[in-house]
Amino acid sequence: MKAAQLALSGVDKFYGPVDRGVHAVKSLTMQLDEGEIVALLGSSGCGKTSTLRMIAGFEAVSRGTISVAGKPVHELPPVRRNVAMAFEGYSLYPPLTVRENIAFALKAARLSQAEVDAKVNEIAKLLEIEDILQRYPSSISGGQQQRASLGRALVRSASLHLLDEPMGQLEPQLRAVLRGRIKHFIKERGLTAILVTHDQTEANALADRIAVMEGGVLQQFDTPTVIKEKPANLFTGTFVGEPPMNVFAADATLEGGRVRLDLPQGVSLTYPESEFAPQVRDRLRALRQVVIGVRPYAVRRTTDGVAASVATNQWLGDQTHIAADFAGGTIVLVEHDRARVGIGDTIGIGIQPRHLHIFDAATGEAVVHGMELA
Amino acid sequence: MEHTSLIERILRGIALALVVVFFMFPLLWIFLMSFQTNETILSIPPQLFFTPTLQNYTALITGKLTSAAGTLDIAFMRNLWNSVFLSVTSVAVSLLLGVPAAYAFARHKFRGSEDIAFTLLSFRFAPPLLVLLPLTLYFQQLGLANTYFGLVWVYQLICLPLILWIVRGYFEDISADVEYAYRIAGHSWFATFRKIALPLAGPGIAAAGLLAFIFAWNNFVFALVLASADKQPVTVGALAFVTASGIQYGQIAAAIVLSIAPTLALALYAQRYLVEGLSLGAVKG
Repeated sequence: MKAAQLALSGVDKFYGPVDRGVHAVKSLTMQLDEGEIVALLGSSGCGKTSTLRMIAGFEAVSRGTISVAGKPVHELPPVRRNVAMAFEGYSLYPPLTVRENIAFALKAARLSQAEVDAKVNEIAKLLEIEDILQRYPSSISGGQQQRASLGRALVRSASLHLLDEPMGQLEPQLRAVLRGRIKHFIKERGLTAILVTHDQTEANALADRIAVMEGGVLQQFDTPTVIKEKPANLFTGTFVGEPPMNVFAADATLEGGRVRLDLPQGVSLTYPESEFAPQVRDRLRALRQVVIGVRPYAVRRTTDGVAASVATNQWLGDQTHIAADFAGGTIVLVEHDRARVGIGDTIGIGIQPRHLHIFDAATGEAVVHGMELA
Repeated sequence: MEHTSLIERILRGIALALVVVFFMFPLLWIFLMSFQTNETILSIPPQLFFTPTLQNYTALITGKLTSAAGTLDIAFMRNLWNSVFLSVTSVAVSLLLGVPAAYAFARHKFRGSEDIAFTLLSFRFAPPLLVLLPLTLYFQQLGLANTYFGLVWVYQLICLPLILWIVRGYFEDISADVEYAYRIAGHSWFATFRKIALPLAGPGIAAAGLLAFIFAWNNFVFALVLASADKQPVTVGALAFVTASGIQYGQIAAAIVLSIAPTLALALYAQRYLVEGLSLGAVKG
């Protein structure tokens, strides 16, 4: 077991008076191991940037503690926390060239000129900004400024690297290339990094673990695979994944050796009881009111499925997104071939039990995920 | 390049010339008057061609005004020096107090910060005459009346709110993240203030300082009431030209030219900063 490089314990953030102001981060507890990359994923205003700023020391912690490398830092000024940060708004120093901006913290740390040059050149090559090192921030594009800002953070050897939306302004192709390089760079040096993003692809590609936040509350903190396959609650289930998971309210009934899920508008899905483990059947019997979720990739068109009328059909070049009217709502399915179905056509919807995610309708907590059913 | 016809350009030139003549004519007239004797100034019709004389300037610089009624002592050079000293000192004190205060108001929201800032602004729109009477009484009791110290203090009413509110806006325009980036790279907040905030707000501070200087230089009423002859600035000193034997228009004109000169020179020199500072979007992180 490696030591926790960053530990947040019961961290609360209020804007305004404690307990009466806006509660931006609610009792956040999480630990990062040394050499780990963690993505804070969430929509705008979910508290992810507030969390990052508390770790950096730009926002006061209302309650709780933060430790970096085993040392409590939540009462120290930023200068004494030994963390590096790439800012969403770049925040380069206007009077300095890109090279001077990147070298800045290294010089402050009293490295020799040769060391500084070597490090700056290396990071500039990695981020493909060698040709703009002599330019000033005002004369380069947003994407270049963002890479310069990222370089300024990555070039430092700090206990913790905080990256706030580090690639939001880059072109898609460059972003894909840089993701790989940056991950390799961080891993090679054993740096510990927190990445704030609302881009799931970025989180999945870069992070060892993802912390999903919503409404200031940590919803789930696990590896990308677990988050995708076993979402802890309805929020994580619907937030992570593109296109989003299909969800429907359902009444569960068990009778005559079958499990029946009654969806709105008389749609019902029935499965042999044997597909569900005994303890799952007990939970369903007790809950009755559930929400079922199924990922668009897992929905199949079958001849014996539930009839649904096609509402839209989009060919995206490498996959087809079909939306169909189903159980009083819309069900989206993704197919990898070009599907020849027209709007208004009737298709049969088939959902395998092993693709189901079942959530408690009252609390939103996950009851069971398809692969664990039996 | 914008395409404009010849006529359009000529008309535009004429229009601009008219505006310039309209605004510059009084200054030009005063400039011409300063080289004339009282007799030529008052002659009717006004003479466009005259023999220029330097006697007005000599009188001001030597401090001896010779007129039909005899010789009169004028403390004009002393007044000019007082103006320079009072304005420069007041602006310096205001910058020293106002810039850090503006930074605090811009960056930190503390209890009552808006109220304090607004109270300081309200000094600007309180009628000076209303303040002057009680102030005179207090100053006499405190022994501050007719001292440079007291005058510089009162001049803070003019300079401080101006500098505080203008500079605050510039600090607010600087992205806080630039400062955070500097702090997280291993610097204290004071180093951040000196090395990041001050240089970035530089043009704004220069513009605010220049405006404050002009307001201080042009101040009349505070100095009129609170300063006696040896501490008076030119604005008040010019009253001495209204003498028993008549108004010395020539000397007044020369005095105006001399008293405009320093501010004009300063404004021309700082024009670059002024334009840069007073136009929006000067500072972008």
